[in-house]
Amino acid sequence: MEFDDRAPIYTQIMDLVKRRIAVGELKVGQQLPSVRDLAQQVVVNPNTVQKAYLELEREGYVATQRGMGTFVSGDRGTVDVLRQELARDIVATYVTGMRSLGYGLEEITTMAAETARKETK
Amino acid sequence: MSMLVQISNLTKRYITTTALSDVTLEVPEGHIMGLLGPNGSGKTTLMKILAGLVSPTSGSVLIDGIAPGVVTKAIVSFLPDVNHLDRWMSVGEAGNFYADFYSDFDRKRFQELLGIMDLSARQKIGSLSRGMVEKTRLSLVFSRRARLYVLDEPFGGLDPLARSQVLDALVANFRTDCSMVLSTQMVADVERFFDDVVFLDQGCVVLAGEAEDLRSRRNASIEDIYREVYGHVETR
Repeated sequence: MEFDDRAPIYTQIMDLVKRRIAVGELKVGQQLPSVRDLAQQVVVNPNTVQKAYLELEREGYVATQRGMGTFVSGDRGTVDVLRQELARDIVATYVTGMRSLGYGLEEITTMAAETARKETK
Repeated sequence: MSMLVQISNLTKRYITTTALSDVTLEVPEGHIMGLLGPNGSGKTTLMKILAGLVSPTSGSVLIDGIAPGVVTKAIVSFLPDVNHLDRWMSVGEAGNFYADFYSDFDRKRFQELLGIMDLSARQKIGSLSRGMVEKTRLSLVFSRRARLYVLDEPFGGLDPLARSQVLDALVANFRTDCSMVLSTQMVADVERFFDDVVFLDQGCVVLAGEAEDLRSRRNASIEDIYREVYGHVETR
Protein backbone atom coordinates (compact mmCIF):
# COMPACT_ATOMS: atom_id res chain seq x y z
CA MET A 1 0.00 0.00 0.00
CA GLU A 2 1.33 3.40 -0.98
CA PHE A 3 1.16 5.89 1.86
CA ASP A 4 2.76 9.27 2.13
CA ASP A 5 5.04 9.10 5.14
CA ARG A 6 5.04 12.88 5.42
CA ALA A 7 1.47 12.84 6.70
CA PRO A 8 -0.07 10.83 9.55
CA ILE A 9 -0.68 7.25 8.40
CA TYR A 10 -3.93 6.84 10.33
CA THR A 11 -5.70 9.59 8.36
CA GLN A 12 -4.62 7.87 5.15
CA ILE A 13 -6.06 4.59 6.41
CA MET A 14 -9.30 6.44 7.22
CA ASP A 15 -9.36 7.73 3.62
CA LEU A 16 -8.75 4.22 2.34
CA VAL A 17 -11.72 2.83 4.29
CA LYS A 18 -13.91 5.78 3.26
CA ARG A 19 -13.00 5.19 -0.36
CA ARG A 20 -13.91 1.51 -0.06
CA ILE A 21 -17.27 2.51 1.40
CA ALA A 22 -17.83 5.15 -1.29
CA VAL A 23 -17.23 2.75 -4.19
CA GLY A 24 -19.28 -0.01 -2.60
CA GLU A 25 -16.42 -2.38 -1.87
CA LEU A 26 -17.57 -2.16 1.72
CA LYS A 27 -21.34 -2.05 2.06
CA VAL A 28 -23.43 -0.66 4.88
CA GLY A 29 -23.63 -3.29 7.60
CA GLN A 30 -20.61 -5.16 6.30
CA GLN A 31 -17.76 -6.05 8.62
CA LEU A 32 -14.41 -4.34 8.22
CA PRO A 33 -11.26 -6.46 8.22
CA SER A 34 -9.92 -7.01 11.73
CA VAL A 35 -7.31 -4.51 12.89
CA ARG A 36 -4.57 -7.10 12.59
CA ASP A 37 -5.65 -8.27 9.12
CA LEU A 38 -5.77 -4.74 7.73
CA ALA A 39 -2.43 -3.94 9.40
CA GLN A 40 -0.91 -6.94 7.64
CA GLN A 41 -2.58 -6.05 4.34
CA VAL A 42 -1.34 -2.48 4.24
CA VAL A 43 1.87 -3.22 6.17
CA VAL A 44 1.58 -0.81 9.09
CA ASN A 45 1.55 -0.92 12.86
CA PRO A 46 -1.74 -2.42 14.17
CA ASN A 47 -2.06 0.47 16.63
CA THR A 48 -2.26 2.85 13.67
CA VAL A 49 -5.16 0.87 12.17
CA GLN A 50 -6.81 0.81 15.58
CA LYS A 51 -6.54 4.59 15.77
CA ALA A 52 -8.01 4.96 12.27
CA TYR A 53 -10.97 2.74 13.24
CA LEU A 54 -11.56 4.75 16.41
CA GLU A 55 -11.58 8.00 14.45
CA LEU A 56 -13.90 6.54 11.80
CA GLU A 57 -16.19 5.51 14.60
CA ARG A 58 -16.07 8.99 16.09
CA GLU A 59 -17.02 10.41 12.69
CA GLY A 60 -19.90 7.95 12.49
CA TYR A 61 -18.83 5.89 9.49
CA VAL A 62 -18.33 2.65 11.39
CA ALA A 63 -19.50 1.13 14.65
CA THR A 64 -17.71 -1.37 16.83
CA GLN A 65 -19.67 -4.13 18.49
CA ARG A 66 -17.87 -5.61 21.43
CA GLY A 67 -16.40 -8.98 20.64
CA MET A 68 -17.96 -8.93 17.15
CA GLY A 69 -15.85 -6.52 15.17
CA THR A 70 -16.24 -3.22 13.37
CA PHE A 71 -19.05 -2.66 10.87
CA VAL A 72 -19.92 -0.02 8.30
CA SER A 73 -22.72 2.09 9.74
CA GLY A 74 -24.96 4.76 8.25
CA ASP A 75 -27.18 4.43 5.20
CA ARG A 76 -27.30 5.12 1.46
CA GLY A 77 -27.12 8.86 2.31
CA THR A 78 -23.76 8.66 4.07
CA VAL A 79 -22.36 6.66 1.15
CA ASP A 80 -23.49 9.39 -1.26
CA VAL A 81 -21.92 12.06 0.94
CA LEU A 82 -18.65 10.13 0.93
CA ARG A 83 -18.75 9.76 -2.85
CA GLN A 84 -19.38 13.47 -3.28
CA GLU A 85 -16.50 14.31 -0.93
CA LEU A 86 -14.15 12.11 -2.91
CA ALA A 87 -15.42 13.53 -6.20
CA ARG A 88 -14.82 17.07 -4.98
CA ASP A 89 -11.24 16.12 -4.04
CA ILE A 90 -10.60 14.67 -7.49
CA VAL A 91 -12.08 17.72 -9.23
CA ALA A 92 -10.08 20.08 -7.01
CA THR A 93 -6.87 18.26 -7.94
CA TYR A 94 -7.77 18.47 -11.63
CA VAL A 95 -8.61 22.16 -11.48
CA THR A 96 -5.46 23.05 -9.55
CA GLY A 97 -3.36 21.09 -12.05
CA MET A 98 -4.99 22.80 -15.03
CA ARG A 99 -4.61 26.25 -13.49
CA SER A 100 -0.92 25.59 -12.84
CA LEU A 101 -0.61 24.93 -16.60
CA GLY A 102 -2.19 28.32 -17.25
CA TYR A 103 -5.63 27.18 -18.48
CA GLY A 104 -8.70 29.26 -17.78
CA LEU A 105 -12.21 28.32 -16.74
CA GLU A 106 -13.46 27.61 -20.26
CA GLU A 107 -10.66 25.22 -21.24
CA ILE A 108 -10.85 23.51 -17.88
CA THR A 109 -14.52 22.65 -18.40
CA THR A 110 -14.36 21.87 -22.15
CA MET A 111 -11.34 19.60 -21.83
CA ALA A 112 -12.98 17.68 -18.98
CA ALA A 113 -16.13 17.32 -21.05
CA GLU A 114 -14.16 16.17 -24.14
CA THR A 115 -12.30 13.53 -22.17
CA ALA A 116 -15.50 12.33 -20.54
CA ARG A 117 -17.19 12.05 -23.94
CA LYS A 118 -14.28 10.06 -25.40
CA GLU A 119 -14.32 7.69 -22.43
CA THR A 120 -18.01 6.92 -22.82
CA LYS A 121 -17.71 6.12 -26.55
CA MET B 1 -1.70 4.00 29.55
CA SER B 2 0.66 1.92 31.62
CA MET B 3 4.37 2.10 31.03
CA LEU B 4 6.18 -1.18 30.56
CA VAL B 5 9.61 0.43 30.54
CA GLN B 6 10.59 3.45 32.60
CA ILE B 7 14.08 4.83 32.23
CA SER B 8 15.11 7.91 34.16
CA ASN B 9 18.38 9.82 34.13
CA LEU B 10 20.24 6.78 32.86
CA THR B 11 23.98 7.25 32.38
CA LYS B 12 26.46 4.62 31.27
CA ARG B 13 30.15 5.44 31.38
CA TYR B 14 32.94 3.23 30.19
CA ILE B 15 36.51 4.01 31.20
CA THR B 16 37.19 6.48 28.43
CA THR B 17 33.76 7.17 26.96
CA THR B 18 30.22 8.01 27.97
CA ALA B 19 27.85 5.75 26.05
CA LEU B 20 24.62 7.13 27.50
CA SER B 21 24.11 10.44 29.20
CA ASP B 22 21.07 11.29 31.31
CA VAL B 23 18.58 9.35 29.19
CA THR B 24 14.96 9.53 30.29
CA LEU B 25 12.24 7.72 28.34
CA GLU B 26 9.20 5.50 28.71
CA VAL B 27 7.76 2.73 26.58
CA PRO B 28 3.99 2.33 26.92
CA GLU B 29 2.58 -1.18 27.01
CA GLY B 30 1.48 -2.27 23.54
CA HIS B 31 3.75 0.17 21.71
CA ILE B 32 6.57 -0.29 19.24
CA MET B 33 9.41 2.15 19.79
CA GLY B 34 12.03 2.92 17.19
CA LEU B 35 15.45 3.73 18.55
CA LEU B 36 17.20 5.81 15.93
CA GLY B 37 20.65 7.27 15.59
CA PRO B 38 23.94 6.88 13.79
CA ASN B 39 26.57 4.33 14.79
CA GLY B 40 27.97 5.08 18.22
CA SER B 41 24.93 7.02 19.41
CA GLY B 42 24.27 4.59 22.27
CA LYS B 43 21.46 2.43 20.84
CA THR B 44 23.17 -0.91 21.44
CA THR B 45 24.26 0.06 24.95
CA LEU B 46 20.70 1.08 25.82
CA MET B 47 19.34 -2.20 24.45
CA LYS B 48 21.93 -4.26 26.30
CA ILE B 49 20.93 -2.51 29.51
CA LEU B 50 17.27 -3.42 28.86
CA ALA B 51 18.38 -7.00 28.19
CA GLY B 52 20.22 -7.05 31.53
CA LEU B 53 23.63 -7.59 29.94
CA VAL B 54 25.17 -4.24 30.85
CA SER B 55 24.62 -2.46 34.12
CA PRO B 56 23.94 1.28 34.36
CA THR B 57 26.49 3.64 35.91
CA SER B 58 23.70 5.75 37.36
CA GLY B 59 20.00 6.40 36.96
CA SER B 60 17.13 3.97 37.07
CA VAL B 61 15.72 1.41 34.65
CA LEU B 62 12.49 -0.42 35.39
CA ILE B 63 10.87 -3.12 33.26
CA ASP B 64 7.38 -3.87 34.49
CA GLY B 65 8.50 -2.19 37.71
CA ILE B 66 11.62 -4.32 38.16
CA ALA B 67 15.30 -3.39 37.62
CA PRO B 68 17.00 -5.46 34.89
CA GLY B 69 18.31 -8.78 36.23
CA VAL B 70 17.38 -12.43 36.50
CA VAL B 71 13.66 -11.69 36.85
CA THR B 72 13.44 -9.38 33.85
CA LYS B 73 15.48 -11.70 31.62
CA ALA B 74 12.54 -14.09 31.82
CA ILE B 75 10.22 -11.45 30.31
CA VAL B 76 12.61 -9.72 27.89
CA SER B 77 13.34 -11.33 24.53
CA PHE B 78 16.53 -9.88 23.13
CA LEU B 79 17.95 -10.00 19.63
CA PRO B 80 21.63 -9.05 19.81
CA ASP B 81 23.24 -7.31 16.86
CA VAL B 82 25.65 -10.20 16.23
CA ASN B 83 24.91 -13.86 15.53
CA HIS B 84 24.58 -15.73 18.81
CA LEU B 85 23.80 -19.18 17.41
CA ASP B 86 26.24 -22.07 17.15
CA ARG B 87 27.05 -23.14 13.61
CA TRP B 88 26.79 -26.89 14.30
CA MET B 89 23.17 -26.71 15.44
CA SER B 90 20.24 -27.18 13.13
CA VAL B 91 17.44 -24.61 13.12
CA GLY B 92 15.24 -27.07 15.02
CA GLU B 93 17.96 -27.74 17.61
CA ALA B 94 18.34 -24.02 18.16
CA GLY B 95 14.60 -24.03 18.91
CA ASN B 96 15.07 -26.85 21.46
CA PHE B 97 17.95 -24.91 22.99
CA TYR B 98 15.74 -21.84 23.40
CA ALA B 99 12.88 -23.96 24.77
CA ASP B 100 15.23 -25.33 27.46
CA PHE B 101 16.31 -21.84 28.44
CA TYR B 102 13.07 -19.92 28.33
CA SER B 103 9.83 -21.17 29.83
CA ASP B 104 7.84 -18.76 27.66
CA PHE B 105 9.14 -20.35 24.43
CA ASP B 106 6.23 -21.50 22.29
CA ARG B 107 7.24 -24.41 20.02
CA LYS B 108 4.09 -24.18 17.95
CA ARG B 109 4.73 -20.50 17.27
CA PHE B 110 8.29 -21.35 16.31
CA GLN B 111 7.01 -23.80 13.68
CA GLU B 112 4.59 -21.15 12.36
CA LEU B 113 7.32 -18.56 12.18
CA LEU B 114 9.65 -20.92 10.33
CA GLY B 115 6.80 -21.24 7.82
CA ILE B 116 6.40 -17.46 7.44
CA MET B 117 10.16 -17.08 7.08
CA ASP B 118 10.48 -19.93 4.61
CA LEU B 119 12.94 -21.90 6.77
CA SER B 120 13.31 -25.59 7.47
CA ALA B 121 14.03 -27.02 10.94
CA ARG B 122 16.54 -29.50 9.49
CA GLN B 123 18.95 -26.94 8.02
CA LYS B 124 22.26 -26.45 9.85
CA ILE B 125 22.96 -22.90 11.03
CA GLY B 126 26.41 -23.13 9.48
CA SER B 127 24.98 -23.79 6.03
CA LEU B 128 22.57 -20.84 6.04
CA SER B 129 23.04 -17.55 4.23
CA ARG B 130 23.35 -14.43 6.33
CA GLY B 131 19.74 -13.48 5.69
CA MET B 132 18.52 -16.93 6.70
CA VAL B 133 20.52 -16.80 9.93
CA GLU B 134 18.88 -13.45 10.68
CA LYS B 135 15.44 -14.91 10.02
CA THR B 136 16.21 -17.90 12.26
CA ARG B 137 17.33 -15.58 15.05
CA LEU B 138 14.18 -13.51 14.70
CA SER B 139 11.97 -16.62 14.70
CA LEU B 140 13.58 -17.69 17.97
CA VAL B 141 13.16 -14.28 19.56
CA PHE B 142 9.52 -13.94 18.45
CA SER B 143 8.66 -17.46 19.62
CA ARG B 144 9.00 -16.35 23.20
CA ARG B 145 5.81 -14.93 24.69
CA ALA B 146 7.77 -12.13 26.28
CA ARG B 147 6.53 -8.82 27.63
CA LEU B 148 9.32 -6.83 26.01
CA TYR B 149 11.08 -7.52 22.73
CA VAL B 150 14.40 -5.74 22.32
CA LEU B 151 15.63 -6.02 18.76
CA ASP B 152 19.01 -4.62 17.78
CA GLU B 153 19.06 -4.07 14.00
CA PRO B 154 16.54 -6.80 13.10
CA PHE B 155 16.66 -5.85 9.41
CA GLY B 156 20.41 -5.84 8.89
CA GLY B 157 21.54 -8.19 6.13
CA LEU B 158 18.04 -8.87 4.81
CA ASP B 159 16.99 -8.53 1.19
CA PRO B 160 13.66 -6.76 0.47
CA LEU B 161 11.68 -10.02 0.36
CA ALA B 162 13.12 -11.24 3.67
CA ARG B 163 12.50 -7.81 5.13
CA SER B 164 8.82 -8.01 4.30
CA GLN B 165 8.66 -11.55 5.73
CA VAL B 166 10.13 -10.23 8.96
CA LEU B 167 7.69 -7.32 9.03
CA ASP B 168 4.85 -9.82 8.52
CA ALA B 169 6.15 -11.84 11.44
CA LEU B 170 6.46 -8.69 13.47
CA VAL B 171 2.81 -7.71 12.91
CA ALA B 172 1.64 -11.31 13.41
CA ASN B 173 3.62 -11.46 16.65
CA PHE B 174 2.33 -8.19 18.00
CA ARG B 175 0.14 -8.27 21.09
CA THR B 176 -1.30 -5.46 23.12
CA ASP B 177 0.25 -6.80 26.33
CA CYS B 178 3.81 -6.56 25.06
CA SER B 179 6.08 -3.81 23.80
CA MET B 180 8.95 -3.64 21.38
CA VAL B 181 12.06 -1.53 21.24
CA LEU B 182 13.96 -1.82 18.01
CA SER B 183 16.88 -0.07 16.41
CA THR B 184 17.34 0.23 12.69
CA GLN B 185 19.20 2.10 10.01
CA MET B 186 16.41 1.38 7.54
CA VAL B 187 14.15 4.11 8.77
CA ALA B 188 12.16 4.47 5.55
CA ASP B 189 11.26 0.77 5.41
CA VAL B 190 10.17 0.47 8.99
CA GLU B 191 8.82 3.83 10.06
CA ARG B 192 5.18 2.79 9.57
CA PHE B 193 5.62 0.33 12.42
CA PHE B 194 6.72 2.83 15.03
CA ASP B 195 4.33 4.18 17.62
CA ASP B 196 7.09 6.20 19.21
CA VAL B 197 10.53 7.24 18.07
CA VAL B 198 13.59 8.27 20.03
CA PHE B 199 16.55 9.92 18.34
CA LEU B 200 19.85 9.38 20.12
CA ASP B 201 23.00 11.34 19.44
CA GLN B 202 26.24 10.79 21.33
CA GLY B 203 24.38 9.11 24.15
CA CYS B 204 21.73 11.80 24.57
CA VAL B 205 18.06 11.88 23.58
CA VAL B 206 17.86 14.73 21.06
CA LEU B 207 14.26 14.21 19.99
CA ALA B 208 11.46 11.90 21.08
CA GLY B 209 7.77 11.63 20.41
CA GLU B 210 4.89 9.78 18.82
CA ALA B 211 5.61 9.05 15.18
CA GLU B 212 2.22 10.26 13.90
CA ASP B 213 2.44 13.40 15.97
CA LEU B 214 5.93 14.22 14.64
CA ARG B 215 4.70 13.64 11.07
CA SER B 216 1.78 16.01 11.35
CA ARG B 217 3.62 18.69 13.31
CA ARG B 218 6.55 18.80 10.89
CA ASN B 219 4.88 17.70 7.65
CA ALA B 220 7.75 15.30 7.29
CA SER B 221 8.39 11.58 7.36
CA ILE B 222 10.40 10.09 10.19
CA GLU B 223 13.17 9.56 7.65
CA ASP B 224 13.09 13.27 6.72
CA ILE B 225 13.30 14.14 10.39
CA TYR B 226 16.21 11.70 10.77
CA ARG B 227 18.10 13.54 8.02
CA GLU B 228 17.24 16.85 9.63
CA VAL B 229 18.44 15.73 13.05
CA TYR B 230 21.69 14.12 11.94
CA GLY B 231 22.37 15.52 8.49
CA HIS B 232 22.95 19.20 9.05
CA VAL B 233 25.07 19.38 12.15
CA GLU B 234 27.50 21.79 10.51
CA THR B 235 24.85 24.38 9.61
CA ARG B 236 23.47 24.73 13.10
